[in-house]
Amino acid sequence: MFRHNTVLHALAWWALTGSAALAAYPPTGAVNDPARGWDRLWHEVIVDISVLGVIFAAITAWFVIRYRRRDPAQEGGSFKLTTASAVGWALIPTFVFMADDFYLAAKGWALWNDYRSVPAERLEVQLESGMYSWDYTYPNGVKVQNELKVPAGKPVLLRMTSRDTIHSHFIPDFRVKEDSMPGRVTYLWFYPEKPGEHIVTCAEFCGVMHSYMVGKVIVVAPADFTAWYEQEAARLAKQSAAKPEA
Amino acid sequence: MSSWKEWIFTTDHKRVGILYLIGSMAAFGVAGLMAILMRIELSSIGPTITADPSNYNVWLYFHGAAMILGFQIPALTGFFANYVIPLMIGAKDVAFPRLNALSVWLFYAGIVLALLTFVIPDPPDVMWTAYPPYSTITRGNTAFYTFTVLTLGFASILGGVNFLTTVAYMRAPGVTWNKLNIFVWCTLAAFVLQLIFVPVLGTAVTLITFDKYLGTHFFDPLQGGDVLIYQNLFWFYSHPAVYVIFLPFIGVVYEIVATFSKNPVFNYKMVVYGGVFGIVAISGVVWVHHLYVSGMADWIRIGQMVTTLMISIPVGLMVIGLVGTLYKGAIDFRAPMLWALGVVFLFLIGGLTGIPLAIPSLTLHLSDTYYVVGHFHYVMAVAGTFAIFGGVYYFFPKMTGRMYHEGTARWGFWLTFIGVNIVFWTMMSIGVDGMPRRYYDYAHFPQFLRAHQLMTLGASLIGVGFALAVINWIHGAWKGEKAPDNPWGSRSLEWTTTTPPPPGNWAEVPKVAEDWNPYAYGQRR
Ligand code: HEM
Ligand SMILES: [Cu+2]
Ligand SMILES: [Cu+2]
Repeated sequence: MFRHNTVLHALAWWALTGSAALAAYPPTGAVNDPARGWDRLWHEVIVDISVLGVIFAAITAWFVIRYRRRDPAQEGGSFKLTTASAVGWALIPTFVFMADDFYLAAKGWALWNDYRSVPAERLEVQLESGMYSWDYTYPNGVKVQNELKVPAGKPVLLRMTSRDTIHSHFIPDFRVKEDSMPGRVTYLWFYPEKPGEHIVTCAEFCGVMHSYMVGKVIVVAPADFTAWYEQEAARLAKQSAAKPEA
Repeated sequence: MSSWKEWIFTTDHKRVGILYLIGSMAAFGVAGLMAILMRIELSSIGPTITADPSNYNVWLYFHGAAMILGFQIPALTGFFANYVIPLMIGAKDVAFPRLNALSVWLFYAGIVLALLTFVIPDPPDVMWTAYPPYSTITRGNTAFYTFTVLTLGFASILGGVNFLTTVAYMRAPGVTWNKLNIFVWCTLAAFVLQLIFVPVLGTAVTLITFDKYLGTHFFDPLQGGDVLIYQNLFWFYSHPAVYVIFLPFIGVVYEIVATFSKNPVFNYKMVVYGGVFGIVAISGVVWVHHLYVSGMADWIRIGQMVTTLMISIPVGLMVIGLVGTLYKGAIDFRAPMLWALGVVFLFLIGGLTGIPLAIPSLTLHLSDTYYVVGHFHYVMAVAGTFAIFGGVYYFFPKMTGRMYHEGTARWGFWLTFIGVNIVFWTMMSIGVDGMPRRYYDYAHFPQFLRAHQLMTLGASLIGVGFALAVINWIHGAWKGEKAPDNPWGSRSLEWTTTTPPPPGNWAEVPKVAEDWNPYAYGQRR
């Protein structure tokens, strides 16, 4: 009875959360910030594994203290399991673990969908990584190195590739990274809500100077961004006008 | 000097085993030294003991590769399997003793190749994973990595063929499959995994050397290759490899816990058919959890999230079997048992902290940080090493005919235990805060300075603790008290022969009673 219900619950839970997550897309209106979702899910998973850990540790500690050997000739006194209880001891934990697995999988999948569905209203930037710099190109052709300036309040999508080895564009504050590699295009997005600066650091061993491959995401007020963006665009236009076509 | 020739040309499984132990401990020592060097380097921001990041990268390469391929796998499937399995099943030796000798020679050749890292002008600096394109363009000598892996892998394949045959055909009469020691089952499973998956690793590392030295383009996208194929092949082996380590080490822990609780293994069939078989069944379909941030297709990341989480089932059953064995036991806290209980605790932390890493959406933040490094040291590196040290203490009287010093063994345990928790808990904590792995320097993360210094301190405790154990063994083997044949009062067959066992192990084939099993301790029925 118990086993049966657990599985059914788990499956139902899984199906529900999963389809709810799917039904929520494409998102309407407000931006669903995956970084917030990350913090929430992380917290839940930590509670989940702490409960399991404390239960197992407490039982182990209790056995170890309670059943110390008192005289040297003493032997253990555990019962021989009947077939039914042996099977029960295998199946019940199996279904309990499986229920927890499916529960976490459903949660993880829902958050995954947030991470992978990019809001339509966004700033889209191309990134080419190389030993050892982050080279960004804005839609209007403006290029920057290592310092990505973005307006607050607008999701940013990075389309990434690499010109040499594999790097990984990691922004700890936004709880996101994805590898950039030659011959493939990957993507990630994040939601810079407020003005501020956020470290970008390389998370895939890419060469001797891997630990010095640092950059910044600089979030500025939308008006400041627009001013800067147009000024850079104008400068770019002047440059290419000055240069004769090759 | 005929005596050292007797060792080099030996075909006796016990001597082959001891040779494996000495070689793998040497690898552990050098790789441990590299860990200490890394920890010293990281104790301040900017250059500390070397100004060249390449040096750090070579230390890290050697540390990872040697700890896994030169220490843990050979100590578990070379030393323990060789020394113990024939004794546990009541056999005179292994099925192919000469193949066994070849296997240990290859192992030493692999260790020498690995140690050449410190001699050649451009040592490999590719980390133990050797991802292309870096491994195909570096100045470092990737070929040494490839040949080390191939040599050690081949040694292990020979061991696999040998032990599967030995256990299938050489069990003493009455030692049936359902009376095999848990350690024997675990090691068989580990060898099945080695036989299936090592060839895949061999292919992967051979192809990077082809790309680098022969001008092929398997992993070069400009010429139609693909960088991700390597990662898939590599982890297709290297995830199962963690079970090649896990299974035998938890097997050793089972032996120790049963003996020092004087209790039968709790729910033996659940442990074998649910735990060991379950792990073998799932181990080949979870490798993508190492590629969660590598741009693999979404469906396979989600699919392998589910399979990865399901690993908790067989592993959980094995932990339940272990804890259940303590229930109503007569528990004796000798040194081997202390180390074994340490494994239970460390593995619990390691296993549970793996659950967030099974979930791709959480891994988008955690991947390639110190959280991962802390987690896998708990679950495999340190838990496995504790099991190996506990196991060596456990079989020490049988191997050497002498006892180690109990007090020193305890001191070593506690120092190490405190040290590893300081180091690896701190690693997980700064990892969650964003500290990436494989960093020679962390100038842009000055907030982690104190934590790094704390870890360097913890690492020195670990160093002293392990050194005490090794000193204890050397001293005990040389000057310890004489040991009786069965100092722990175990029912398992390996303790029924004399100490140390003669060539051939028993004067005649051991006979076991109808109701014998290796864990037949005072059961009420
Ligand atoms: C007990 C003392 C040990 C200490 C203090 C230690 C310390 C470290 C440190 C500092 C790193 C480098 C982190 C980084 O820069 O990313 C590392 C990496 C590693 N360690 Fe250990 N370690 C120890 C034992 C072991 C053992 C017993 C194993 C056995 C499997 C092991 C396997 C590894 C592996 C596979 C890596 C990753 C290498 C890579 O990134 O390519 N360690 N360890
Ligand atoms: Cu990098
Ligand atoms: Cu894995």
